[in-house]
Amino acid sequence: MKVSDLASMDQFICMQNEYEDREITAGYTSDLLSDVMGNAEEGSVLITIQAHKNTVAVSSLAGIAAIIICNNRPLPEDMLAASADEGIAVFQTSENQFNTSALIAQHLGGCSAV
Amino acid sequence: MNKEHKQPLQSSLRVQELLYGLRIIEVMTKKVFAVTRNCNMRDVQAIMKNNSISGMPVVDNKRVVGIVTMNDLMNALEQGGMEDSVIKWMAGEVQTLAEDMPLSFAISAFGKFPFRQFPVVNKKNELTGILTFRNINHALIRELSRQLREMEQQSEQPVDRASLNFSKVYQLNRYDFENGGKASSRIKSFLKERGVPPKTVRRVAVASYELEINLVAHSIGGMLGFDINENRVKISSHDRGPGIGNVENAMTEGFSTANEWIRSQGFGAGMGLPNVKRVSDEFAIESAVGMGTMVQAIIYLKPEKQNESQ
Repeated sequence: MKVSDLASMDQFICMQNEYEDREITAGYTSDLLSDVMGNAEEGSVLITIQAHKNTVAVSSLAGIAAIIICNNRPLPEDMLAASADEGIAVFQTSENQFNTSALIAQHLGGCSAV
Repeated sequence: MNKEHKQPLQSSLRVQELLYGLRIIEVMTKKVFAVTRNCNMRDVQAIMKNNSISGMPVVDNKRVVGIVTMNDLMNALEQGGMEDSVIKWMAGEVQTLAEDMPLSFAISAFGKFPFRQFPVVNKKNELTGILTFRNINHALIRELSRQLREMEQQSEQPVDRASLNFSKVYQLNRYDFENGGKASSRIKSFLKERGVPPKTVRRVAVASYELEINLVAHSIGGMLGFDINENRVKISSHDRGPGIGNVENAMTEGFSTANEWIRSQGFGAGMGLPNVKRVSDEFAIESAVGMGTMVQAIIYLKPEKQNESQ
């Protein structure tokens, strides 16, 4: 699936649409940036409640394709500005991380733990 | 910050960078005059006078038990204590430095304590040298002239745009999460533009970002230096304190001293240093409480030398 496919899903509201429409090849769910940095696969969609500018910095360095902020957490302006600079899409959802992860896994054709 | 200000800052950082590269043992005076507890102040006076020195450690079986200086000698002279044992006049509380510490730690010590000289000890706590500011000045001048010579030789060669040769030092301030991460982004683009494989670029980015965030979150300020050539990326992080009490703990995944505020920024999971070590081909850390921490991470750019587990 591609980043633009997320935009067309009802659960996700695209908050920042200046992005590179990359292929999403995996998912990673975490609120700890060091964990994301160390363990997320390149080309992942990041599922998190960490709505912060630093999330964008880490995503850019770790090669994250898109960020999904769960539980309708509010997104700070500077986070959106940073993600526009980096060309990384940011989505918001009312779902929690578990449900979002499950949904993404379904679209990716399952997850590698199965 | 405008461009005119950047250049002098850069060179003063170069001096600091240099101080981290040198070890106390390479700089200290190794021929040390010392007295034992049995000596009296008259002996001290004779040794100081004959060798034109202003202070001496007092040792007991190679261990430093005190330091006696010109000041103590003058006090003894004034109060008629020249026949007294050195123990009566020496300062008993001595701050020593370990010989394998980086020179920058010594400079912190000179700033923190009023002493003009520090006895230097080895791992067994035996006296092996003495360090004064004079030693530091000499070492600095020597190193700077060496670097100047190198720079002159380099400037005679034309600059290659695709070249991987690069060195730069970034200054980081405490709690400046705003700028933490900028250096890593720049280095990432630099390597990417020069066709370094994405996996390697990412390892460099991980190491450098974690070190950058450590400086911002845990130190009172410091710097991050990059030294890149076609074989490897060397990242060195140096700070001015507070130093790590237990390096083993700091290297354990999940251990963190981060406060709530740092955690609210998404950090403090206790994975920083372990992450750096994991992505590095060579890794070294050194820390002393009150003096600072220094981390060096090297990532090879030549595939045949790279860490197999990556």
